Amino acid sequence: MSRDTALVSADWAEKNLETPGVVFVEVDEDTSAYDTGHLPGAIKLDWRTDLQDQVRRDFVNKDQFAALLSERGIANDDTVVLYGGNNNWFAAYAYWYFALYGHREVRLLDGGRKKWELDARPLTTEVVSRPATPYVAQEPDHTIRAFRDEVVAAIGTKNLVDVRSPDEYAGRLLAPAHLPQEQAQRAGHVPTALSVPWSKAANEDGTFKSDQELREIYAAAGLDDSRETIAYCRIGERSSHTWFVLQELLGHRNVKNYDGSWTEYGSLVGVPVALGDEPGKE
Amino acid sequence: MTASTAAGCAAPNQAAPLPASLDLEKETVITGVVRDAAGEPVTGAYVRLLDSTDEFTAEVVTSSAGQFRFFAAPGTWRLRALSRHGNGDLVITASRGVNEAIVPVVVD
Repeated sequence: MSRDTALVSADWAEKNLETPGVVFVEVDEDTSAYDTGHLPGAIKLDWRTDLQDQVRRDFVNKDQFAALLSERGIANDDTVVLYGGNNNWFAAYAYWYFALYGHREVRLLDGGRKKWELDARPLTTEVVSRPATPYVAQEPDHTIRAFRDEVVAAIGTKNLVDVRSPDEYAGRLLAPAHLPQEQAQRAGHVPTALSVPWSKAANEDGTFKSDQELREIYAAAGLDDSRETIAYCRIGERSSHTWFVLQELLGHRNVKNYDGSWTEYGSLVGVPVALGDEPGKE
Repeated sequence: MTASTAAGCAAPNQAAPLPASLDLEKETVITGVVRDAAGEPVTGAYVRLLDSTDEFTAEVVTSSAGQFRFFAAPGTWRLRALSRHGNGDLVITASRGVNEAIVPVVVD
């Protein structure tokens, strides 16, 4: 994978809003932004209600994913362009689902909703509906998804990348600072995890930094690209952003997103936890 | 609804009242308004909270009254506002409880 096959610019998007076979999809946890204005022709996916299982803690399975895309009018051979707020966190999370369920052509809109708004590009409240399709999802690709036991086994042996803010990594904060800090889980990070906040990969307008800048950031942090890598954050969406950078932009192999992330790991009984700014020992 | 610990990381509505369950003895709330050169509130501005090393910590979008809010920790923070009308910065030293700030946006 590379930037050319994984990312589109806002200029490209604006020129291709009506191109047949290109479907724009806004993804957010709170879709009220979509309702006040979205890219012309774009449909929405709600991360919480459309993409998560509503009973147990997991995301939608293969059949649920296929049913969702059928109903929203996305076909297997469509090029899906994902974008959203929060610096594309949930759009990157959705990109990871599309990759996991084998969608062939999927892209992220560079800069997401923020750059689009700051550039004063067109937004509309027009209701969008697309005819249903017979969408078929592939079996989930678990080479890009890590589960908790794999994370514990990776301590000291694989690259673990903690992409939360430095204060969350050190245990001084339990959640991103736009959320209240009262949380059930313990504070800290997985021992030996490197701290590379997701935000280091993005410019302030939400676009990704250049490949050269990105390579330098992860090299400087000590990421050994001969090893497998597991990225995590608090719930798995910021680490989808970093998974996208490492695997889809920089072409690293064997990168997994741990979607259980800190809300799972920090609640496990008996696992090691490190506090402070240093990775800590095995 | 999913379990509360798995509830996501998206920034909530910035105009909503502080949750009643919030413990202001423990939380450090940084709240305020983004205003333009004429003193008018700027709606839809992106406000970024940067830590004392200038590392990104969080980002929210201002309400229709230009409001924003963060739940941080005591210390020095930089607020950085981005908008169609220009950008602005403010350094704030926060302590426990509610800390209020006005971030001026200057048209480039």
